[in-house]
Amino acid sequence: MWKNLMDWIEYRLPIMRVANMHAIQYPAPRNMNFWYMFGFLATIVLVNQIVTGIWLTMSYNPTAEGAFASVEYIMRDVDYGWILRYMHSTGASAFFIVVYLHMFRGMIYGSYQKPRELLWLFGMFIYLALMAEAFMGYVLPWGQMSYWGAQVIVSLFSAIPVIGPDLVIWIQGDYVISGATLNRFFALHVIALPLVIVILVFLHIVALHEVGSNNPDGTDVKRKKGSLTEEEKTKFVIHEYYTSKYDIIDDIVPFFPHIVLKDLVGFAFFLLAFCYVMFFNPGMGGYFLEHPNFEIANNLKTPEHIFPVWYFTPFYAILKAVPDKLGGVIAMFAAIIALALLPWIDRGKVKSWRYRCGLHRWNLIVFAIVFIFLGYLGGTPQENWKITASQILTIMYFGFFGLLFIYSKNEKCKPVPARITE
Amino acid sequence: MKKLIVLLTLLMPMTVFAAGGGAHLDKANYDLTDKASLQNGAKLYMNYCLGCHQMQYQRYQRAFDDLGIPIALGQENLQFTGEKPGDHIKNAMPAESAASWFGAPPPDLTLVARVRGADWIYTYLRSFYADDSRPFGVNNLVFPEVGMPHVLQELQGVPRKTSEKQMVDGEMVDRYVGIKSDGTGYMTAGEYDEAVLDLVNYLVYTGEPTRLESENIGRYVMLFLLLLLVLVYLLKKEYWRDVH
Repeated sequence: MWKNLMDWIEYRLPIMRVANMHAIQYPAPRNMNFWYMFGFLATIVLVNQIVTGIWLTMSYNPTAEGAFASVEYIMRDVDYGWILRYMHSTGASAFFIVVYLHMFRGMIYGSYQKPRELLWLFGMFIYLALMAEAFMGYVLPWGQMSYWGAQVIVSLFSAIPVIGPDLVIWIQGDYVISGATLNRFFALHVIALPLVIVILVFLHIVALHEVGSNNPDGTDVKRKKGSLTEEEKTKFVIHEYYTSKYDIIDDIVPFFPHIVLKDLVGFAFFLLAFCYVMFFNPGMGGYFLEHPNFEIANNLKTPEHIFPVWYFTPFYAILKAVPDKLGGVIAMFAAIIALALLPWIDRGKVKSWRYRCGLHRWNLIVFAIVFIFLGYLGGTPQENWKITASQILTIMYFGFFGLLFIYSKNEKCKPVPARITE
Repeated sequence: MKKLIVLLTLLMPMTVFAAGGGAHLDKANYDLTDKASLQNGAKLYMNYCLGCHQMQYQRYQRAFDDLGIPIALGQENLQFTGEKPGDHIKNAMPAESAASWFGAPPPDLTLVARVRGADWIYTYLRSFYADDSRPFGVNNLVFPEVGMPHVLQELQGVPRKTSEKQMVDGEMVDRYVGIKSDGTGYMTAGEYDEAVLDLVNYLVYTGEPTRLESENIGRYVMLFLLLLLVLVYLLKKEYWRDVH
């Protein structure tokens, strides 16, 4: 009976075929380490944001008069509304934590290199959409930081020559940030951008499965058809979509159950950290929920310091490092575009930092440190030494790409093992 | 070059600490499980603060329930103008007049503990001092030129800045040592600190009424997740045994 029903459906809709192809019999290198769980975690967080977001929308009021009160209504009067809200607010920060780690993984193991350039680009588009999504979401509680943060970010567009000032009014839907702005940001936050993100994630995964997962060794597990003996081929059941095109070497595991179980261990660790923050310290000392944002937006009262939330602060520091407004905006966007162009800036043939030159390792480590310190500088009150510091760090940020471009041309690398090690 | 970078990055946090500072705040050792303290805080709030500062996001009944106050008792003692228990904690002060009286309308205090922090409020309410140059005769060390009168003066008494003569660079100067009540209040200095702490406790509660419930649920969640982690790990190990 059950089987008949499933066959009836399968004949008309390829559920099992797609599941086998992409979620069960997908070949994954067996040496994928903990760095490889953040993509899975990002997907989980995305689902969390969508589901909790739907429920928050049910009680949220997207007007300048009612937004702040409706958030407190969710926190106090809606049954377990506080859990939904904290899941959503903690999820926003968690999203960026896992995405930043996911991106850094791609950088250290060269996952952006040929043939994964498009995969990397889709990832960068997801990151951009996510930043827009997070920014607009942060405006919705209509607290002081929502308002003044929006003021700062939207006014960046006024730096664009000729059309800038009109563009700002067009974005705001008013001459100042107002209820009209809030209302349209709400529409973009709950419908437009989530839709874009989900579609991009879909493309990201399809592109990944087309070229296959990279691994910490950067050794390809897919070999030319007919180049491997039966002995060398994997014994696991792999979908014919992959085996018909390639010989799959005996260094892989199927996505289910092996990778899924590995990811679930990471997921349990992640949930421990996530739930600890959510239940015991949802504001995270003012980093996940900024203190001034518990005060209703007031266009007559500028907060003492205006900071974006922590995940934007590295770029905010770059923006402030350049004395000219337009120059700052250009530098900020260039910082993101440089990341997107990584597949073409890096001219190396060896993927993983395990087998690349020592300079490359150092370059990556310094880049990570620079990024963190830029975040620190962008998220703390302005002081004189910080301007100089953020200028030096901005140069170092771009220096990473410049150096990489130069040394990757004729880089001395170690031999990459033919088979996956460990 | 690299060494210099590493050195720079290592030194940076130190200069940060060196640059830190600001007004010193006393630590408020509030206790959200102390119902008596919370009830006293609510009583002080309704009697001294609510006249000017609303708590428009907090309902009376929610506070009664969470603080263990029977509704009838709460209505009798904490609701003065015939509100229903389910009403929000509001006052009748027109915002426009308030702005002209005090310079700015008195802010809503439901979430003040989340904006300012408990330590700030605790220190602020104990930092008023007599200053004849101000319209209400008081100034504040934490919030200079504050527009608010010292509402708790009948409890604390008139607080005066005390200083002692000290020789600095061959000159006698007044060095500020603290604030001391003139003793005309109902309370001793110790009692006043306790009362302010109770009030702070209540404000921390209204800032996040679900704090205790959250931590209570959180403990079970953490236990469950630890168990889940062990089980998932063992399952993973079992499946991966033959791989390497």
